[in-house]
Amino acid sequence: MAVVENIGREEIRLSEATAGDYFALLKPRVMSLVVFTAIVGLVAAPGTMNPFIAIIAIVAIAVGAGASGALNMWYDADIDNVMSRTSKRPVPLGRVLPGEALAFGLVLSALSVLTLGVLVNWLSASLLAFTIFFYAVIYTMWLKRSTPQNIVIGGAAGAIPPVIGWAAATGTVSLESVILFLVIFLWTPPHFWALALFKAGDYGRAGVPMMPNVAGELSTRRQMFFYALILAPLAVLPAVLGYVSWGYGIAAVALGAGFVWKTWAVLAMSSDDKVMKPAKQLFAYSIVYLFAIFAIYLVDVVAWRLMATIGA
Amino acid sequence: MDDKLVTMSPAQKKAQRSRNIAIGVALAVLVVLFYVATIVKFGPSILDRPL
Repeated sequence: MAVVENIGREEIRLSEATAGDYFALLKPRVMSLVVFTAIVGLVAAPGTMNPFIAIIAIVAIAVGAGASGALNMWYDADIDNVMSRTSKRPVPLGRVLPGEALAFGLVLSALSVLTLGVLVNWLSASLLAFTIFFYAVIYTMWLKRSTPQNIVIGGAAGAIPPVIGWAAATGTVSLESVILFLVIFLWTPPHFWALALFKAGDYGRAGVPMMPNVAGELSTRRQMFFYALILAPLAVLPAVLGYVSWGYGIAAVALGAGFVWKTWAVLAMSSDDKVMKPAKQLFAYSIVYLFAIFAIYLVDVVAWRLMATIGA
Repeated sequence: MDDKLVTMSPAQKKAQRSRNIAIGVALAVLVVLFYVATIVKFGPSILDRPL
């Protein structure tokens, strides 16, 4: 061990960061969505996979997603500090130093990608690496502060997990997984802009060019409705193409109708509505929508596979 | 040397202990992960070698 001399007392900083603070850097709530959609992609894929390797794949994808969250919190500490939703994060609170968050994010990025590559396959590992790069560099460092299309393009990072899950199971990227990608991709703008509508003051203070702050609320509401109109039928496509049964299809139609209805309510909101109840309702509904779509997809796939096994 | 030692506050001690446990558990999980993955990947042939 090296003996370090001449350390000025003022340079010694004893951290009060607990393991929980570091866990918070992984954005556990975002991670839960990533894990869930990746599981759906992995299970829905054809063929059999060793369950232990499947668990490793999911853990690696989760850690990779968490790592990109830590890198995001390292870079965005200045923004997070002035926004009510994010001001309690470990870096703005000063519990974790920016450099510590950076090191944590980088180490976990490398570890998750290499683990996925060595133990599962390199296609899924390269997709995970690309996702981390896309979220940390393209979205966080570049798009977030420069264009109102930030979360539209950046949404691709959050939409990839089912494709990674599918790639982990099969070593390929197929139309089935691309449709799952598109569902999350088209869901992101109305989901995020619903939040941005009632948190516009926050984003304005932080200088983040979110759509309501740049293009105005009316334009944002119109665009949200536009995305909802494409999302609702697209989510039915897996049933149309015969990937899943019409049980899923009917549920997707109903959930999609609800999504369009809630987005319509946001569009119809009066411009002097400061409470924005419809936007808050859409935000809550959008989370339920995505979880439900993927859960029903999963149940449908598993149910048919079970029936085929019993029938055979 | 003693005057150069830094005394930790109870909060810092508690935080350090929490981090130590987390690092320990994470590294142990990594060991188990790679150990079991090795067995899974080799399958029965893991025993198939000249002794």
